[in-house]
Amino acid sequence: MNQQNHTKHPGIYIHIPFCRSKCSYCNFYSTTAINRIDPFLNALFIEMNLCGSSWNRFDTLYVGGGTPSLLTMKQFSDVLSHIRETFRFTENPEITVEINPADMNLNDLKSLRSMGVNRISIGVQSFNDDILAFLGRRHTGSQARRTIADAGRAGFENIGLDLMYGIPGQDIPSWAETLEEAISCELEHLSCYQLTLEDDTPLGKRRQMGEFLLPDEDRQYDFFMRTSTILGDAGYVHYEVSNFARNKNLVSRHNSKYWNHHTPYLGLGPAAHSLAENRRWWNKVSLTEYLADIHSGKAPIATSETLSTEALRLEALFLGFRTKEGIHLENFNTRFECDLLEEKAETIEILQNSGFIRIEDGYLRPTPSGMAVADSLSLI
Amino acid sequence: MKNIRNFSIIAHIDHGKSTLADRLIQHTGVSDARTFKDQILDTMDIERERGITIKSQAISLPYQAGDGKTYILNLIDTPGHVDFSYEVSRSLASCEGVLLLIDAAQGVQAQTLANLYLAMENNLEIIPVINKIDLPSADVDRVIEQIDQELGLDSDSHLKCSAKEGIGIEEILEAVVDRIPPPKGDPQGPLAALIFDAKYDPFRGTVIHCRIFDGAVKSGDMIRFMYNSTTYKVEEVGHFLLSRSKRDRLASGEVGYVIAGVKTVADVRIGDTITLNDRPCEKPLPGFREIKPVVFASIYPISSDDYMDLAVALEKYTLNDASLIYQKDSSVALGQGFRCGFLGLLHLDVVQERLEREYGLSILLSVPSVRYRFTLKDGTVTEVDNPSLYPDPMSIVGSEEPYIQATMMMPDRYLGVVMKLCMEKRGVNSNLKYTGPGRAEIVYEMPLSEILYDFYDRFKSITQGYGSFDYDLTDYRESNLALLDILVNGEKVDALSQIVHRDHARARGLLSCERLKEEIPKQMFRIAIQGAIGGEIVARTTISAFRKDVTAKCYGGDISRKRKLLEKQKKGKKRMKMIGSVAIPQSAFLAVLKSDTD
Repeated sequence: MNQQNHTKHPGIYIHIPFCRSKCSYCNFYSTTAINRIDPFLNALFIEMNLCGSSWNRFDTLYVGGGTPSLLTMKQFSDVLSHIRETFRFTENPEITVEINPADMNLNDLKSLRSMGVNRISIGVQSFNDDILAFLGRRHTGSQARRTIADAGRAGFENIGLDLMYGIPGQDIPSWAETLEEAISCELEHLSCYQLTLEDDTPLGKRRQMGEFLLPDEDRQYDFFMRTSTILGDAGYVHYEVSNFARNKNLVSRHNSKYWNHHTPYLGLGPAAHSLAENRRWWNKVSLTEYLADIHSGKAPIATSETLSTEALRLEALFLGFRTKEGIHLENFNTRFECDLLEEKAETIEILQNSGFIRIEDGYLRPTPSGMAVADSLSLI
Repeated sequence: MKNIRNFSIIAHIDHGKSTLADRLIQHTGVSDARTFKDQILDTMDIERERGITIKSQAISLPYQAGDGKTYILNLIDTPGHVDFSYEVSRSLASCEGVLLLIDAAQGVQAQTLANLYLAMENNLEIIPVINKIDLPSADVDRVIEQIDQELGLDSDSHLKCSAKEGIGIEEILEAVVDRIPPPKGDPQGPLAALIFDAKYDPFRGTVIHCRIFDGAVKSGDMIRFMYNSTTYKVEEVGHFLLSRSKRDRLASGEVGYVIAGVKTVADVRIGDTITLNDRPCEKPLPGFREIKPVVFASIYPISSDDYMDLAVALEKYTLNDASLIYQKDSSVALGQGFRCGFLGLLHLDVVQERLEREYGLSILLSVPSVRYRFTLKDGTVTEVDNPSLYPDPMSIVGSEEPYIQATMMMPDRYLGVVMKLCMEKRGVNSNLKYTGPGRAEIVYEMPLSEILYDFYDRFKSITQGYGSFDYDLTDYRESNLALLDILVNGEKVDALSQIVHRDHARARGLLSCERLKEEIPKQMFRIAIQGAIGGEIVARTTISAFRKDVTAKCYGGDISRKRKLLEKQKKGKKRMKMIGSVAIPQSAFLAVLKSDTD
C-alpha cells in the first residue's frame, strides 16, 4: 500500500476553458464561446514556450476543463505534439483526457488512443436521465453507456468515470443502483463526488430560493460511507475522499500529486494552478485576459503566493488526511521540524480511540469516517 | 440663611427630571445659551443615554424672586434608581423640600411612590409638578386625581409645566421660594455637615459634597470624619456653580464642597458627618449607613492578555465610585479576573458599560449572585457570594438568602400575568391595592436572587411597558439552596457554576445547557452538556458530532482557497476556551452568563 502510483516527477495540467453549455452546478471557469478555441490553442502554445525549460521531466499530463472533448482530433493532435516538443517527459507518462459522453464516437476515441492518450475520464455523473437533466448535463444515460463501451473497444485500459451523489431527490438505494451499474462496467477508476453548490451557480441560486434542499450532514455522511462500503466490497480502493481505484496501481497518478504535496505541477490555460516548491501561482480566470496577456508577451498569471512553513504544514495535513495513505510521519516531521505524534499526543489518542485515525507503517492514516472529517482533522 | 432654599427633584425614570433641572439653571441665568449644554447635570454618556442620573450633582442658583429679594436655590440632583436609594436618601436629607415630578401622560409610577416615601421620611415639603403637559397624550386631570388618591397629597398644591417647552418654569421657582422652608440650624454651634456625595478630581483629590447643618467650615480648619475619626486639613471650600466656585467659608444652611487632601473617594463615607477636630459636635447627623454591595459577579477580560489593563481600569474606576468593591478571582475556564460587589443590577450594568466604553476593555461577566448565608454544622455562619466558595454541602445545616419587598404598579389588566410571574419567582404575602380607576399596586416579598434573573425583561414585556417596579431590601430568610455546576463532557466549567434554589435547579440547569448547545459548534465528538448538583445530574443535553465536513473536490485550483478557509477556522479555534477536548467559543459563555437583566 506504500506505493500508490506516487512519483517525484512533476505533472502538467491543461485547462480547456470551453463548454457547449454550462452545467447548472458547476463553478469551474469555462466559456461557451467555442469559436475561440483556435485563438486559445495558439495562445496555449505560446504559454508553453513561455514556461521555459526549468522543469524536470514530467510523468503526467492531464487535459481537463471545461470540456476537452470539444476539441477536434486535429486540435488534440496539435496540443499533444506541441507539448511533447516543448517539455520533456518520462518514458511512460500518464496522459489523461476528460471527455463528455455526448462528444466522442468510437473513431474519435481510437484516434485519441493512437495519439498516446492512455487514460480517459468520462463525465457520466449519473445514468438517470432525470438527474442528468436536473444537473444540466447535455448527454443521456445511454450515451454514457455507449461511450464507456466505445472507450474499451478503442483500446483504453485505464478508464475512469465521474459520478455524483447527494442530488436532491436521490436516495441511497437509487445511488447504490448507479454504483452497481458503474461496478458492472469493470472500470479502473471511479470518482464519486458529493454535489456541492456554490451560491453563484444556477442550482446554487435555486437552492437559496428554497426550491430544494441538499441532504443534511448526517445524510451526506450516510451517502459517503455507503459509497465507500459498496465500492470496497466490489474490490475498489477508497484512496481519496472522492476517488476509488480498482487497485493501488490504478490511482490517478496526476491527481495524487495534488494530495501528496511533494511534487510540483504546472498548470496551463486560464485559471490553471501551478506549484513549485513553496510557490503557487495561477492564471487569469478569464479567456479574454488570458489571451491579452499572452499577446502582449506576458505570462498570464493572476496571482502568486509564497507559502509559509505554517501554510505548507496546514496544506500537508488537510491534503494528507484526504488520502487513505495518510501522512508519512517521518517525512512530515523532517519537513516541518517537529514531532507530530508527540505534539498532539492527547488529541491523537482521542481521535484514535474514536476511530478517526490510526497509526500504521509510519503513517498517520484516516479511517473512512476520518476522511469524512478530514478538514477538522487538519486543525488538530 | 433665610434666603437659602435646598431642594431636590425626584421622579420616575424618563419623567423629565434632567430637562427640568436644565430649565431651572437656564432660567436663573447661571448658564447662558452659549455655555448651555442639554442636561448639564447628567454628565456621563451613560446617564444621557439611559435618561437616568447615576451620580448626585449639586448646583447653586441665584434667583431674584417676585418679592424682589435674591435667593440662593441649591438644587441637589439625585440618582434616579433604586440601586442608589441610600445616596438618594442622603441627598434628600440635605434638603428641605422636593419637586415631585410626574409625567402628564404616564402618571404616577412605582418610583414616583418610592421617592415620595423617601421624601416623607425626611419630612420634606413636597411640591407635585406635572410635567410634559404639552404632550398630545397628556392627561392632566387624571394625574391630579392620582396626586390626590394615590399619593395622598393636596391636589391643589400641584404645578403644571413643560420642561421641554420652558412652560411654567417661573412658577416652579416661585413655589420653591414660597413653599420650601429655609434651612434651619445653629450657625454658632459646632460644625455638623452631612456628606451626600464625593467625587474624585485628578488634581485635587476627593471633592466632598456636603450640606452644612450647624456651624461653619473654612480653609485651614482641621476637620474630622465622625465615622472613623480621621482628620484632614481643609484646603478649600466653595459653592457649586457650573463649576466649583471658591468661597471663604461654608456656613449653616449652605450646600457646597470641601477639599481637604482626601486621597480617594473610598476614604469618604456617604452619609457621614464632618465636624471640627477641636470643637466636635456631640453626635453625628442621623441616617448614616455603611453601603453594602448586594449583587456580586466576576469580571474577566475576554483576552487573558488584558488582565493587567482590567486591573488598572478597576483601580481608576473606583477612584470615583467607592461603592464598587473588588478582589482578585480566578477561574479555570476564564483565567484571572476580579470578583466584584455592586449596589444592584443597574450599578452592575453601569460598571460593565463604563469599563468597556471608557477603558476600551472587552470583558465577560459571570452570572450575578446575591450574598447567601449558610449555617454550618460547627455552628459558624458564613456568607457566600461566589459559587466557587460554596461550602461543603455535607457541612451545611441551614441556608438563607436576602429578600426584598417588591412594589409594582400597573394598569389592572396586567395583574394576572404579573401575579403569575411573581409566584414563579417565589413571591409571597402579596398585598394588592387599587390606587385609582383601572390602576393597581401590588407588593410581593421575594428573594432578591429572583430579580437578578430575567425578571425585569419579563416584567416589562408582560406589562407591555406599562408596569413599573421598585424594591427595598428587607431581610434574610431561610431557603433551600444548591450549587448547580455545568459539566461539558464531564469536566466542570467553574465559571458557569451558580447558586440556585433547589426547586429551580433543574430548569436553570436545562436553560444553561440549552444555551451552551446553541453556541458551541458541533465538533468531531458528541458533547454531553450536563447540569449537576453534587453527583446528581439534574439537566442534560447533547451536541451531536458532525460527521462530514470534507469538501468533495480538492484539486490544484481548490487548495489555496481551502487552506485560507481552514486558516480562518484555526484562528477562531485559538480564541476559544478549551474545556477538556471541547473548544467553547466566548459567545457560549456570554449566552449562559447573560442574566437577562437588560
